[in-house]
Formats: sequence, C-alpha cells, structure tokens
Amino acid sequence: MATILMLAGCNSALLDPKGSIGVQEKELIITALLLMLIVVIPVILMTIYFAYRYRESNTDEEYAPDWSHSTKIEVVVWTIPIIIIAILATITWRSTHELEPSKPIASDVKPITIEVVSLDWKWLFIYPEENIATVNYVAFPKDVPVQFKLTSDNIMNAFFIPRLGTQIYAMPGMVTKLNLIANHTGDYKGFASNYSGKGFSQMKFTAAAMEDRTAFLNWVQQVKASPDRIEDWEQFRALASPTVAEPVKMFSSIPPFLFTDVVTQHPGSMNCLPENLG
Amino acid sequence: MQTNVAAHDHDHHHDSAGNKLFGFWVYLMSDCVLFATLFATYAVLESGSIAGPTGKDIFELPFVFVETMLLLFSSITFGFGMIAMKRKDVAGLKRWLKVTFLLGAGFIGMEVYEFHHLIVEGYGPQESAFLSAFFTLVGTHGLHVTFGLIWLAVGYHQLSTKGLNDNMSMRFQCLSLFWHFLDIVWICVFTIVYLLGVM
Amino acid sequence: MFGRLTLESIPYHEPIIVVTLAVIAIVGLAVVAAITKAGKWQYLWNEWFTSVDHKKLGFMYIAVAMVMLIRGFADAVMMRSQQLLSAAGESGYLPPHHYDQIFTAHGVIMIFFVAMPLVIGLMNIIVPLQIGARDVAFPYLNNLSFWLFVVGVILTNMSLGLGEFGRTGWLAYPPLSGIEASPGVGVDYWIWALQISGVGTTLTGVNFFATILRMRTPSMPMMKMPVFTWASLCANILIIISFPILTVTIALLTLDRYIGTHFFTNDLGGNVMMYVNLIWAWGHPEVYILILPIFGVFSEVTATFSRKKLFGYTSLVWATIVITILAFVVWLHHFFTMGSGANVNAFFGIATMIISIPTGVKIFNWLFTMYKGRIRFTTPMMWTVGFLITFSVGGMTGVLMAVPGADFVLHNSVFLIAHFHNVIIGGVVFGCFAAITYWFPKATGFTMNETWGKRAFICWIVGFLMAFLPLYALGFMGMTRRLSQDLNPEYFPLLAVAAAGTAVIALGVACQFIQIYVSVRDREQNRDLTGDPWGGRTFEWATSSPPPFYNFAHLPKGDVLDGFWYQKQSGEFDPTKEVEYERIHMPKNTPTGIYVSAWALVFGFAMIWYIWWLAAASFVGIIVTCIQHSYNDDVDYYVEVEEIKAIEAERRAQLEEAKKNEVKDNEKKDDLEVTYAN
Repeated sequence: MATILMLAGCNSALLDPKGSIGVQEKELIITALLLMLIVVIPVILMTIYFAYRYRESNTDEEYAPDWSHSTKIEVVVWTIPIIIIAILATITWRSTHELEPSKPIASDVKPITIEVVSLDWKWLFIYPEENIATVNYVAFPKDVPVQFKLTSDNIMNAFFIPRLGTQIYAMPGMVTKLNLIANHTGDYKGFASNYSGKGFSQMKFTAAAMEDRTAFLNWVQQVKASPDRIEDWEQFRALASPTVAEPVKMFSSIPPFLFTDVVTQHPGSMNCLPENLG
Repeated sequence: MQTNVAAHDHDHHHDSAGNKLFGFWVYLMSDCVLFATLFATYAVLESGSIAGPTGKDIFELPFVFVETMLLLFSSITFGFGMIAMKRKDVAGLKRWLKVTFLLGAGFIGMEVYEFHHLIVEGYGPQESAFLSAFFTLVGTHGLHVTFGLIWLAVGYHQLSTKGLNDNMSMRFQCLSLFWHFLDIVWICVFTIVYLLGVM
Repeated sequence: MFGRLTLESIPYHEPIIVVTLAVIAIVGLAVVAAITKAGKWQYLWNEWFTSVDHKKLGFMYIAVAMVMLIRGFADAVMMRSQQLLSAAGESGYLPPHHYDQIFTAHGVIMIFFVAMPLVIGLMNIIVPLQIGARDVAFPYLNNLSFWLFVVGVILTNMSLGLGEFGRTGWLAYPPLSGIEASPGVGVDYWIWALQISGVGTTLTGVNFFATILRMRTPSMPMMKMPVFTWASLCANILIIISFPILTVTIALLTLDRYIGTHFFTNDLGGNVMMYVNLIWAWGHPEVYILILPIFGVFSEVTATFSRKKLFGYTSLVWATIVITILAFVVWLHHFFTMGSGANVNAFFGIATMIISIPTGVKIFNWLFTMYKGRIRFTTPMMWTVGFLITFSVGGMTGVLMAVPGADFVLHNSVFLIAHFHNVIIGGVVFGCFAAITYWFPKATGFTMNETWGKRAFICWIVGFLMAFLPLYALGFMGMTRRLSQDLNPEYFPLLAVAAAGTAVIALGVACQFIQIYVSVRDREQNRDLTGDPWGGRTFEWATSSPPPFYNFAHLPKGDVLDGFWYQKQSGEFDPTKEVEYERIHMPKNTPTGIYVSAWALVFGFAMIWYIWWLAAASFVGIIVTCIQHSYNDDVDYYVEVEEIKAIEAERRAQLEEAKKNEVKDNEKKDDLEVTYAN
C-alpha cells in the first residue's frame, strides 16, 4: 500500500495540493494515518508472526489450551487505542472547526465572492460584483480567498476541486458555503462528486488560479466583451435545460439577483426565508 | 401424529404462548421505532408550510377531543373484555369486543371524515410538506387501528369456531397489547400534532 | 388493464441484456427440466419450500445468495472494464443509461441479496444449534421471511427483462429518485424489492431475538452463550431498531412518487436532507448487522483451529454490545460534506472513531487466542488470517475518513469505494466463506474439498488486493466514484491493475464453484461421520452431520463456556450411550409463507407497473391468506419415541463406522512406521 501511495503521490491531487485548505487537509490525512499505523502495523506483524510461530507442526512452542485471560493484556489493548483515539479526537475537534467550509479564510486580502449553480450537467459560475457569468470555467486570482456560495437548480450535486481541497454538496432550494484559496498559479480540474444522472461523468470544469489581480481583471474584461448574455429568467431556463459535456461559455451580463432567484424558484420552500439565503 | 395446539403445551422447555407474547412485544418495539421515525419527519417538516395552512388553520380540537375519547374508552372496554377472558366468561368477552369494535370504528370513521374534509377544502397531503407529514403520521396510526379492527372481528368470529382455548387467549393478549400501544401512540399524536400545532 | 406495462418494456434492442436473458432462460429451463425428469418437484415442495426447519431455510438463503453473487460480480466486471476502456480513450460499451443502472444494481444486490442472506442464512442454521434449541421461536414466520426475501430477488431480476432498474445509486437519494427526475419504473423496482424483503428481515430480527432470549437450553445463561450467538443477538437488535426506519423512509419516497406528497421534493417544503439523514440512520446500523455475526464467526473459527479457548470472552461480549450501541450515533459520517456545521461534524466524527476501540479489542482477542495455540491452517483459518490483515487496513481507512477534514477531500471518491469494499470483502465476505467452509459438513454431512478451498482463498486475497489497493491511490489522485465516460487517462495504469484484480477474483469464484462440485462428487470419501470433524467447542458439533430435524434428542447442558469441549474431555458427552427418549414437539411445514409471498410479488409488480386493480386484488389476497392461516390449528405435531430411537440408532451406527475408520487409519499409520523402521 505504501508503494502504491508513493507511486501516486507524484501526481496526486490530494498529496500535492495547491492551496492552504488542501495543504491542511493533506497534513491531517498523513497525521491520522501515522497515528493509526502505530496500532495497525503491529497488528499485521503479530498476525503473521503468531500464525507462523504457533502453527501446529511447531511442537516446540508452549501449548496453553485453557489460557484465555490476562488482565495485563486487556489493559493494554483497551488503553493504547483509547489514548490514540483521544489524541485523534482532539485533532478532529480542532481541525473540523478550522476547516469548516463556511468559515472565511483568515487573510488581509479582501475575498472574492463567486456564486455557483449546479445545472444538468454543467456548472454555472456567477460573479455578482462583476455582473458576469461563465459555464464550466471559474477564474480567480491566486492568494485571494474565494467565498463560494452554492446551490443547485434541481438535483443534489457536489462541487470539488481536488487540488484546492474541500468539496461541498450543492442542493436545490438551499445555499451552502465553501471557502477555498489557491496559492499557486494553474488550471485545476474540477468536477461533480455526487452522482446526478446521465451527464454526471462529464460534468467537469476548470478552476483557473491567475497570477494576480491584474491578470484576473483582464480575464473579466474578456468575459465582458463576450457577445453572449443571460438577459432574463427565460434565457437562464434555456441554459439550464439538460445538456452533456457543455463547452465553456461566457456571459457578459446577467440579470440582477440571478443566484437568489435560482435558490428561491421552488415555491413554498422553507428556504425562501431570508435567513436561509446566506 | 396429533394436532396439539388446542391442548396445553406439556413441553417444559419452552412456554410457547409466553414466547409469542414476548415476540409480539418485540414487534411492538419495532413499531415504536416506526412511529418515532414518522414523528421525527413530522417535526422536521412541520415548519415547511410556508405555502399553505398551519396546524392552527386546520385542526379542530373539539372534534379531535371526541375522537380521542372514543379511542381511550375503547381501551377501557377492551380491558374489561380481558378481565372477562381471565374469568373464562366468553359471553362477556364477546360483549366487550363488540363495544370496543364500535368505538374503534367510530374513531376511524371520524378520522376518515376529517381527512375527507381537509382534502375537499384543498388541504390534501399533496399541498405542502407539513400536510404530507400530517396525513402520513396520523394516517399510519389510523391504518394500524384498522388492522386492529379486522383482527378484532376475526378473533370474535374465531371465538365461535374454536372457543376460548389457550391459543385464542394468547392471541387476545397480543391484540390487547396492540390496542393499548395504539392508544399510547394516539396520546403522542394528539399532543405533538394537534395540541402543540394549535398553540 | 396493464397499467404502463407494454411490449416496449422488454429491452429487446439491448444486445447485452438480451444475451443475458437468453442465458438465464436456458439455464433456468435446464434446471426445471432436470428437476422434472428426476421427479423431484413434490420432494422439493414438501421437504424444502414449505419447510419451517431453520437448517433448511438457512441453506436456501445461502444458495440464493451465491446465485445473486454471480449477478453482482458480473456487474463489477462490467464496471471495471467500462472504466478501463474509458480511461484508454474509448467510449466503451456501456453508455450512462446502462452503466448507471449497473452500479445501482451492484450495490443493491451485493448488500441486500448477497451479504444479508449469507449472514441471515448462517444465523438460521447455527444459532438454534448453538443454544441447544430445536428450532427458532416462530418457525412459520421464519419461512415467511425467507420467501419475502425471494420476492425481492425476483423483482430485482425481473427489472432486467421488463423495464429497467433505478439509475440513482444503491440508496436512491431524492430529488434524483423523485418522480420528476426518475419517472420510469426503475426506482419503483428498487422501492418494492427492498420494502417487501425488508419486512422479511424485520420479522427475522424479532424471531431471533426471541429465540436467543427465550429458547436456550435451560442450563445456559447469557454469559455462557457462544460468541457467534451473542453477535447474532446484537445484530438482531440492530435489525429490530433500524429496519423500521428503512420501511418508513422508503414509504415516504413511495408516497412522493405515487400520490405527490412533498417529503423530499424541492418545492412546497420538501427536504432532501431529511432523506439523507433517515436513510443513513438505517444504513449505518445495516453494515454492523453484516459484520457483527461475522466477528462471531471468526471467534468460533479461531478458537477451534487454534485448539484453544477464546481469549477474553467477557471483553469480547462487552465490545460487541458497545459497538451495537455506538452503531446508532455515527450515521452522519456518511455526509460530512452536506454542510452540517463544525460542531455536528466533529461530534459524529469522534463518535465514529470511538467504535474502532472495541473493534480493535476484538482483533487483539483473536490474536491472543492464536497465541500459544496449536493452529491448523484449514481453509476457514486461512480466511481468518486473511481477514485479520485486510480488515485492519480497511478499518484504518475508515477511521481516517471519520476525520471530517480528511473526509472533505475523500468523500465519494474511489478511496471511499476501496474502504468499504475492504471491510465488506475482507470482513463480511471472507468471514462468510470461512463460515460456509467451517459449517458445511454440519449442514450437509461431508466436508468441502480443502485444495480448491485454499486455491480460492489465494485467488481472492491476491485479487482483492490487486483490485482495491489501486483505488486507494486513485482516490488520492482525486478520482470520484460512479464515473463511466471521459475518464482521465492518468487513471489508466491503476485501473488496469484493478481490472486484472477483478479477473483474479473471478478465478477465485471459479475455484469455489469447482470446490462445490468436487466436494459433492467426493462426498462419500469425505463423510463427516462423527458430527464433529474439527474438534469443535460448541453444541452444534454435538449433533450428527446433518443434525436430525429435531436437532437434539436430549437438550444439552450449557452451564459452562465451551461446554461441549469440556464434556468431551470429561467423557460426559457420550453419544454412543443408549438413553431414554421422550416425544418431541415440532412445528409442521406450511405453504402459507409461499402464498403470502406470491401475493406480495404480484402486489409489488402491480404497483411498479401501475396496474391498480391487480395491486388492490393482491393486497386483499395477502390479508385473506393471513386470516385464513390464523384459522388453521393444524400447525404442530409430536415426534414419537420410535422415530427418535431409529434416527439416534442411525447416528450410533455412523459413530461406529467412524471408529472403525479411525482404527484402520491408525493401522495404516503403524504399517507405514514399521516400513520406515525397516
């Protein structure tokens, strides 16, 4: 298993993350694994060793057919796992709060907000401040915290950029929040990680971490020059109709409050209440 | 080979009637979990009535009070029936079974009326999550009571064909547990659904 | 008249399905023809189908499970090959329309129609024998449970030839499983197959709980019960508490789909998160239902083949009870990424980790049973050693994912797939194979072929490692689950290893079928004449192999742990002694379970295809049949002393023959020694 992990590690999104959230998660994985190997490796070795040493043909060994209790052993096998789990539990409590997806990333830099709508079977990215939108392509400057607000048009989905860390569900009528940051320039693979139907395998997008704010603003300008627009709700619905392996699209303007409209489109949903809109 | 259900079980190693009663208790505990799940669903979805009526709008407490009295009294009459059964008073048992059946059927009749009334008013289970949960929770209880009534009727008839032997006695004890259990569930229903819903 | 059922519902333009159906039809017809030619229908009906004998019902559960294993495994082969082709840049042969049904069916079949019946089948055969009982508390219900399970099997297989199966994943999350996104019959097949067989399982839970608590041989207190029985007791408690949750959850989805309620819809107040919570509140206890009895199996096998008393019986029992309780407070770890907040996530994560403590204690108890034992590496013991190694890894990756921060990047990846296959194959499946090999002679009267058993084990463990370790690595590379098209070419090498591993497992399965054939062929040479081929420690080994239908002529004395072992040592156990017999009270066979289940099958079918008149009629049929059954007083009888005497005499004859064979073997050994000496 170690060999395989090493082979994978070279080009492994989770073991070579490009953002601080992903880095924390990788460290968490390695720490937890090492803690548990303290027990698992001895167990595997003991299994092989006992199986070999106490095989029936080995008549040199003591045979104690009625020996079935030892307080010392009981104490050890209860206590050591309890201690390890206690340590792991403490790490868990702390890290779960640290890595809570809705918790903003501590930074002096002003975060950028991007709204995400999962459609069948593509991703719509809405930039509320810039008033633009893209399909299957999301860009942001590196070293700037990104606050994603996510919802789904109709089916439960999940949003994941492995190189950057945490994934989160996107659910209809509800808003989930995810905070990520890229600390290296690059184009990262993103996709859906909760099965959502026919086009699920091809529901992929690119997350482009740009060199700096200037590069990002240039890109925004490019999008603003696009001939395509989403002018009203009907055009949004046309975009939302089911398609598979949708190519990247750019929209130079969108209706105001489009994201909110998507969240509240289902009549009588409890999440129409303002406090649930995030 | 002889058939032996009617005669007393001489096997000292297991008390077959006791086993059946015990098994029925265990089944009731699983039914308890079933209702608990429905209550949990109701609790979560009750606030999902932004579109549509709330409990305050549709529950009529006096009506529910009469329903409740019918069911509670039916438990009492069943209890009288069981006392008669212990005394081997078959005629008495039959009498109290008849009364219990009428009271239970009355309860079901009132519930069907309430449901029909709500649906006709446009407050059917398809109108909101709250109504879906309400109809399902209360309706499941009603379905259980209906099965109890069928059981009661069949048992009543079997008293004529088999008489009151140990097996019949055990079956009535099981039905008794079932009936009282449904009564307790109803108490939870009218408290959590109707009383709390109206406040 | 036929609801939404039309000729178009038969997928006659799907070549793979048509070929599969043709094969099933040919094999099915061949089996029917063989039985008819041998004139065995009456025999099968009287002796097996209508039987209320727990041993026969258990055997049938396992037989059906092994058949469904073929279909579930075929699904796996198809998934691995499609993914490999896709990663190689091909479009493959399974478009999403098919692939998505295959992964849904694979999960449903493996959990509900392979793993559950294997475990329930084992509990059926062995628990009453271990506690010195003559049958379960409710034999008729036991029969009904089996046939309700068969209804689920039939419906699931019917979906292959009539309509389609769900395309939602094995747990059918809404809104995808709602009527809008899945208007076809697929999800409805899922609903009724699981709902109907689920009733059977709940009844089994009640049955075995009552059996273990009330039908033990009078001298056996709880703390002297064998560990397999303790584990079964805990598993049945889990069934009784968790299956009603599944019943309600499926019922609510059914109401949404059939009459338009709003439990899990997007509008009018529906809440999909409620479904996720409910289904996993059942789903997590479900996996403990599978593994706890298997832990019990390993306890029995390790003690028997180490020729040693099980280490730490008391702590093993308490560990099992703790796991049972904790099983109910961890369900949220299946959806840490749904956004429940840090406090909730952390609580459930920590609760999940805590389960690894009693589980680890069990592993150490088994290791220290081996310590200072005299270990015989029969096939069951090899499966056990394989389990100890692989399950430790699987458990470790589970605790890893119990840390929410880690799960945030591992959830729904193939790392998750590797983890649960690791614990289900390395744990449940290996344990079932150990148990089947171990208890096979008890159930049939002859031992299984050891050579093919060991070959099967080698293939399975090598194949398993090849098929699933790469998935751990692919999970770290970011590969998510349930993909079928346009796979990242970087995944190709590891997927190739995984596909090769699947082929090796297929060899293992082939070895097992050969093992069965060879064992049956050689059964005369491998007769278990003593009833105790391994030197067992618990009371199932005190009977003949197979046991008489009434199990025990005299109920055993169970006041000591490993009572049978010690009674053998002291000479107190002497089956050759002739004793006084009393009449034995036994339940009669009955066809009612079959009739009720037949009505249930028609009902499920009618509901799936919206044939309302048929649904109503068959529902009434169920009720009427049940009421009819309650009028029937002819449900039991007494076995007379003469019959018991004859059966026990046969047993004594077998023991005589066994002794003669032993003498012959010893003489042969002496001859050999003499030859060497010269």
